[in-house]
Amino acid sequence: MAFVNMKSKEVQAKIVYYGPGRGGKTTNLEYIYSKFRERIKSDMVSIKTHGDRTLFFDFLPFDIGKIMGYDVKVQLYTVPGQVKYDATRRLVLKGVDGMVFVADSQVSQRKKNILSLKNLQENLATYKKSIFKIPLVLQYNKRDLKDVPLLPVQQMDKDMNSQLKVPSFEGSALTGHNVVPTLKKIISQTMASLQNVLK
Amino acid sequence: MDYDDDGISFSEYTIEGEQIDMLDNILDEYVAESCANSAMLIDMAGNIIAQQDNGACEHDLYSLAALASANFAAVDTMAKLVGESEFSLLFHKGESESIHFSKVNSEFLLITIFGKDVTLGLLRLKVADALTKINAIWE
Ligand SMILES: Nc1nc2c(ncn2[C@@H]2O[C@H](COP(=O)(O)OP(=O)(O)OP(=O)(O)O)[C@@H](O)[C@H]2O)c(=O)[nH]1
Ligand SMILES: [Mg+2]
Repeated sequence: MAFVNMKSKEVQAKIVYYGPGRGGKTTNLEYIYSKFRERIKSDMVSIKTHGDRTLFFDFLPFDIGKIMGYDVKVQLYTVPGQVKYDATRRLVLKGVDGMVFVADSQVSQRKKNILSLKNLQENLATYKKSIFKIPLVLQYNKRDLKDVPLLPVQQMDKDMNSQLKVPSFEGSALTGHNVVPTLKKIISQTMASLQNVLK
Repeated sequence: MDYDDDGISFSEYTIEGEQIDMLDNILDEYVAESCANSAMLIDMAGNIIAQQDNGACEHDLYSLAALASANFAAVDTMAKLVGESEFSLLFHKGESESIHFSKVNSEFLLITIFGKDVTLGLLRLKVADALTKINAIWE
């Protein structure tokens, strides 16, 4: 539910990073925050536990400049990935315009990725939204890991993207690899979905 | 979806340009009469619809709006869990700044930030006034 102010020519759109616990959602936002420090005027807001796990959400407002004559503000959010936080996770999805699903590439996390994606589909459904219609980008994160077995990309595609058929990136939120391309992709998909409003 | 050239458009609801002017006026008057520091109308997703302040307010409003909508949603969910339809008063008191939340309707919240010289009693009177005026816009 992007908010488009035709009077002040401003758009506020909500993009949510979703995925299993410890998958790297918060690390994605931290990288974006450090990379675009000079363009982001406010601090990143994180509601987290003492152990640095996301408890409610991270929030980062990001001014991306003018698109089609509108001043576009993208509000980046992460959800808590831990299974037990489903109630708060669902609240963060309220009014979402675009999503990044951050999957963990470790072989040991395969099942968690699939369950989390299924959980996303169910939670979107509570807002009468379809995972097949909402702008969505997949990120296969932690490709930098060397000492643990990683899932082949084809396997991850098969597990998560065989029906969705959305853009996907191999990435590393820790090194920053493909973090910005992931963000750019979801912004352009989200803006494209708003085109009919921004005439 | 239909909308005016100078209106505001949502996927779920629409506000005309004229209505934004009315909202700005109501908030402006509300801030002046209640002596609050700042008032904003936000939606349940954390977007800022309209905002007015006394000119001396330097808070990060986008973050405040995101947190306020989330806080409201969390408290609302807690109310449901204990079998209440809602908790009517939401108010956080600080040493020098306090925050007051009121539900306008199912889509919007009015968030007020005020200083220690404003009493909660006066504020609640003025909030009630503002809510009546805001709701009248959609009648
Ligand atoms: N090697 C490696 N580690 C990563 C990467 N991304 C995140 N991590 C690490 O994984 C751990 C969890 O990362 P977070 O970003 O907190 O994960 P999250 O998805 O926000 O987790 P929740 O908040 O619990 O849902 C941290 O120790 C990160 O440093 C990556 O790309 N490579
Ligand atoms: Mg996190």
